[in-house]
Amino acid sequence: MSHAETHSHDHDHDHKPKGFVKRWLMTTNHKDIGTLYLIFSLTMFIFGGALAMIIRLELFQPGLQFVQPEFFNQLTTMHALIMVFGAVMPAFVGFANWMIPIMIGAPDMALPRMNNWSFWILPFAFTMLASTFFMDGGAPAAGWTLYPPLVLQGGHNLAFAVFAIHMLGISSIMGAINVIATIMNMRAPNMGYLKMPLFVWTWLITAFLLIAVMPVFAGAVTMLLTDHYFGTSFFNAAGGGDPVLFQHIFWFFGHPEVYIMILPSFGIISEIIPTFARKPLFGYVSMVYATAGIAFLSFIVWAHHMFSVGMPLGGELFFMYATFLISIPTGVKVFNWVSTMWKGSMTFETPMLWSIAFIILFTIGGFSGLMLAIAPADFQYHDTYFVVAHFHYVLVTGAVFAIIGGVYYWIPKWTGNMYSERLGKIHFWWSVISVNVLFFPQHFLGLAGMPRRIPDYSVQFANWNMWSSIGGFAFGLAQIFFCIIVWRTIKGKGTSKATDRVWEGAKGLEWFIPSPAPHHTFQDGAPVNDEHLAHVSSH
Amino acid sequence: MKKTVLKTALFAVLMFGFAFALIPLYDTFCEITGLNGKTSGQVEADLVKNQVIDENRKVIVQFDSSVNSELNWEFRPTEFEMEVIPGKFYHTEFYAKNLSNKDITGQATYSVTPAKASLYFNKTECFCFTKQTLKAHEEVKMPVTFIVDTKLANDVKIMTLSYTFFKLES
Repeated sequence: MSHAETHSHDHDHDHKPKGFVKRWLMTTNHKDIGTLYLIFSLTMFIFGGALAMIIRLELFQPGLQFVQPEFFNQLTTMHALIMVFGAVMPAFVGFANWMIPIMIGAPDMALPRMNNWSFWILPFAFTMLASTFFMDGGAPAAGWTLYPPLVLQGGHNLAFAVFAIHMLGISSIMGAINVIATIMNMRAPNMGYLKMPLFVWTWLITAFLLIAVMPVFAGAVTMLLTDHYFGTSFFNAAGGGDPVLFQHIFWFFGHPEVYIMILPSFGIISEIIPTFARKPLFGYVSMVYATAGIAFLSFIVWAHHMFSVGMPLGGELFFMYATFLISIPTGVKVFNWVSTMWKGSMTFETPMLWSIAFIILFTIGGFSGLMLAIAPADFQYHDTYFVVAHFHYVLVTGAVFAIIGGVYYWIPKWTGNMYSERLGKIHFWWSVISVNVLFFPQHFLGLAGMPRRIPDYSVQFANWNMWSSIGGFAFGLAQIFFCIIVWRTIKGKGTSKATDRVWEGAKGLEWFIPSPAPHHTFQDGAPVNDEHLAHVSSH
Repeated sequence: MKKTVLKTALFAVLMFGFAFALIPLYDTFCEITGLNGKTSGQVEADLVKNQVIDENRKVIVQFDSSVNSELNWEFRPTEFEMEVIPGKFYHTEFYAKNLSNKDITGQATYSVTPAKASLYFNKTECFCFTKQTLKAHEEVKMPVTFIVDTKLANDVKIMTLSYTFFKLES
């Protein structure tokens, strides 16, 4: 009801700025910036994926066929940096920009001008980072964790990588401040904190994680920079420093960072599951507390990434038990999603398929994480392909699946066109089968002792590597197919017009505005009634 | 709104500082707990007096040395292990030789394993506390005087003192 009044005002519809530069370069509109973030993320996803394809090509057979070890190390490093900071994080910021103002009934983000800046820093940062491929000595090759002293022995790519990371950090922090300011100050009347959609909640907590740890990462890489160029000895034992110190600072950032990449996924899944189960989310409040609990625990588990550096027994035990604790709030979430589906009137449209796959496959990644958390066992698993399998299950079949599911879920609202359900389902089954062929054998490789970050391996690993590569090529191709689906949906080819509601069981303010979402929404405020909201308890 | 933005921005700046604050925190933490093999610095000889010495208790102290690849020195302990009684002073020497044709200044860092023994390994004299300059082809014997505290846990039978020599940039 409210949208009918809000959007009958003529200023709502056709006030998009004219011309490419004004519309996109200088935009302060949260929807346009959200679109830019998502397109940028998809571009980086394909770029980072292309690097992974070269990695899998080289690993197809034992021996060195296509690339030299030096370049291989650059590939693994850049693949990770680009996927983490270029694909996954900007995708979530894109979702945040598009959906948070609409979901809480705000006309835009709190700081639109800064929002523009946050985005436009990114292409420059990544151009700088990618340019290192063409330098003497190539791109950074010490892994995305950038451990000294190895990273300090490379060339001047270090300076470029560090400044790129500074820029990404500034962008993320500004984005996070914007999200916090928006959520805390611009909620529509009657949108209390515990009435917010869970996606908004998970992003609020993620934003706090971002401003807490991105500066720490910036500090750590600054120390690398001064160690390399200005003769300081933060990590140089000769000058009284300690290389292990870097690992502590890095993982103090690094562990919350992996939750930055998964909490918004939890939010997206928590929006999709109730829609297609046609039931309100089970245990909404416990979901909020579980998210906050995971965020808190993320700060006290960092050294489980470095069990093998030579910690005393007390340290090993503390970080082991603290890590185990995380499975409790995470388990709360998984059981809540399953309970939401329990006895629901479920249908299996494409977003729902991705969400169910997320729950199952992310849980597999969670369990392999528990195995890695067992300190004595970790000495065997550390730096093997088992670790690679683990974090790809949580990041690809976790974060990326949630992102793709979210795109299918909201793209009708964004474009006004319904994507082709048939192509979407082909994309899903193609991806979900190939991704398991790609990553599941890596568990076996790791348990059998294959180290990570190597271009060549002993022949007993040949079979599973071949399967993994075949899965990898198939999965990569499926994402090109995804780009085609997105393109066809934007252009309205082979699609139907989306209704305002889009999904029969959809709840939430975004489904009460027209499809496609008009350029400006809720300019005059959004009168929010409980029937608009998905998670209000009285159902 | 302005308040939210200012508070969060300030928080971000503080966290940047926190990254640097982690360095002394980490150092202090390791020193207090003896983690990472950190021992306290030089101790005065009289600080460790008045200990009740159990003549029957024996601990083996092993000596280990390594030289950073950028330093063209030979460096090794003159004896590889000693049997010591906690609470008594012992003296040993390390041998170092400059293999190059230039004068070079180096400095050694040290650590003690197991970590829980490191708090109880006290040096009253050690070349590791100062810079060492060796003239071209000069050889020296470097003394270490130490005492193992009687408070050392009973299950520690063997401990290792390890030195690494690094080149100091001029």
